[in-house]
Amino acid sequence: MSVSHADNAPLVTWPNDGYDRIPYQIYTDPEVYRQELETIFYGDSWGFVALEVEVPNAGDFKSAWIGERPVIVTRAEDGSVNVIANRCAHRGVKFCHKDSGNAENFTCPYHQWMYDLKGNLLGVPFRRGIDGQGGMPKDFDRANHGLDKLQVHCENGAIFASFSETVEPFAGFLGPEMLGYFNRVFDGRELTLLGYSRQLIPGNWKLMMENLKDPYHASLLHIFLITFGLFRADNQSSVAMDDTGRHACLISKRGEQKHTDKTRDMKRLWEDFNLQDPRILDPVPEFPGDATVVMQTLWPSLIIQQQSNTLAMRQIVPRGPGRHELRWTYFGYADDDEEMTRRRLRQANLMGPAGLVSVDDSEVLKVSQDGIEPFEEAAAVAEMGGRETESQDHMVTEVGVRGFYKYYRQVMGL
Amino acid sequence: MASIELRLEIEDLYTAYAATLDDDDLDAWPDLFTEDCLYQVIPRDNFDRDLPLALIRCESRAMLRDRVTAVRETTMFEPRYVRHLISNIRVSSETDGVIEAQANYAVFETMTDAYTRVFNVGRYLDKLVREDGRLLFSEKRCVYDSVLVPNSIIYPI
Repeated sequence: MSVSHADNAPLVTWPNDGYDRIPYQIYTDPEVYRQELETIFYGDSWGFVALEVEVPNAGDFKSAWIGERPVIVTRAEDGSVNVIANRCAHRGVKFCHKDSGNAENFTCPYHQWMYDLKGNLLGVPFRRGIDGQGGMPKDFDRANHGLDKLQVHCENGAIFASFSETVEPFAGFLGPEMLGYFNRVFDGRELTLLGYSRQLIPGNWKLMMENLKDPYHASLLHIFLITFGLFRADNQSSVAMDDTGRHACLISKRGEQKHTDKTRDMKRLWEDFNLQDPRILDPVPEFPGDATVVMQTLWPSLIIQQQSNTLAMRQIVPRGPGRHELRWTYFGYADDDEEMTRRRLRQANLMGPAGLVSVDDSEVLKVSQDGIEPFEEAAAVAEMGGRETESQDHMVTEVGVRGFYKYYRQVMGL
Repeated sequence: MASIELRLEIEDLYTAYAATLDDDDLDAWPDLFTEDCLYQVIPRDNFDRDLPLALIRCESRAMLRDRVTAVRETTMFEPRYVRHLISNIRVSSETDGVIEAQANYAVFETMTDAYTRVFNVGRYLDKLVREDGRLLFSEKRCVYDSVLVPNSIIYPI
């Protein structure tokens, strides 16, 4: 079913003035999706593109995405980090096919226009023609034909980029509290790259962001989290947001594997479940404070995962209204000993496309989209924990979802 | 060069391996491994770049059993069928009782309301040892080609 848009009519009619109803149309409508790319992904926001440890040396590059646009993260000879569009300024060829590598420059295969690591156009074959015939016009200026160069910010080893010239500085974009949580994991220590995984999830990209702002489901859906107390509504926990509601953190402390009067609605808590090899759940404390899990969601499309000792950036790349790619980059710290690295690798069994916890989510997002698409006029309900959007010191709430849509409506003009 | 008998025995092990996964006989799957086995499902790009992360990393037969319990009891997923085709089996070396073998594999996935699709294709890089007269996997690395996974991996590869 598709919804047609009359001229000047709003793209979407929101069911009420609040944030506790979410019209299904925003998960299905190609025009909404197009505006999201333009306004949100290519507008005034910072998108995660790589870790600095992925491009340590001059000439190193790494392919990445902002929205649906391919970009390349490079380390230039002067040590600077650059982010350039993977689109030849001549005829639009996506010229770099490699996920990562080392190069002195980039040459488009079509007409061999050549660019340096910062995206400046170095050379155009036959620029002066052959024997006075052909060639570029005399006023052709290479300086006007470089690759798109994005704004870049490096925050303690994480690289962010923006297509917008007017995006606010990164610290202001996050706000002090969210920057504090960010720097809890990115504390300035050198990182080490453990590896990647990628999955194509047949659900709208916002469903994934909601999932990580919704602690309500975690106590019900995920037997692994519930049973082993890794993330559960009766644990000491909170949902923190910045002033706009666009970023959030779910913060919690591990509880025990037992039923109490607070867990009676958690039908899936399995008291007698004993792992035959419990080493996948053998966490050691490594961050200041009580929290054993902080899941941070940064507008518009980044999830920073710290569950026990497994750390990952989960970047959402939208792939049309009905699906998105989730790109996981797992990391540790350069000063991890062998045992700590092995612990992180074991705990990674919980996460990713085959994760003992995460699979529940990728599967549930698919059936969410399956249910939403044929009922485009309906709306989702997000009233758990009230209808407001202030931070809350418990997790029986969908406040993070409401905060997200408060900002979404503002940015999208809906 | 491995004897014909050994080759047939190795082929039987791969056939049994596929059967446990395809015939929903998951509980028998860990029995094809040694107790201190290492089983990993690894995207090609991590493998090529020596990055240690695996999507599934089981460091013992007990961890394989925990995986089976997860599929059986804890994971929420849409029902599906899988079918493994294993071919091009090669025995690359045989030293001190450890046989190194590799094979190509293709896993097809069939959801209830959809056509069968190619789900995961790659190669097995394995070590086999003999215990009590039976060949078992002491190590199995499933290195898959397309780093992009169609949604979720539920059953072992």
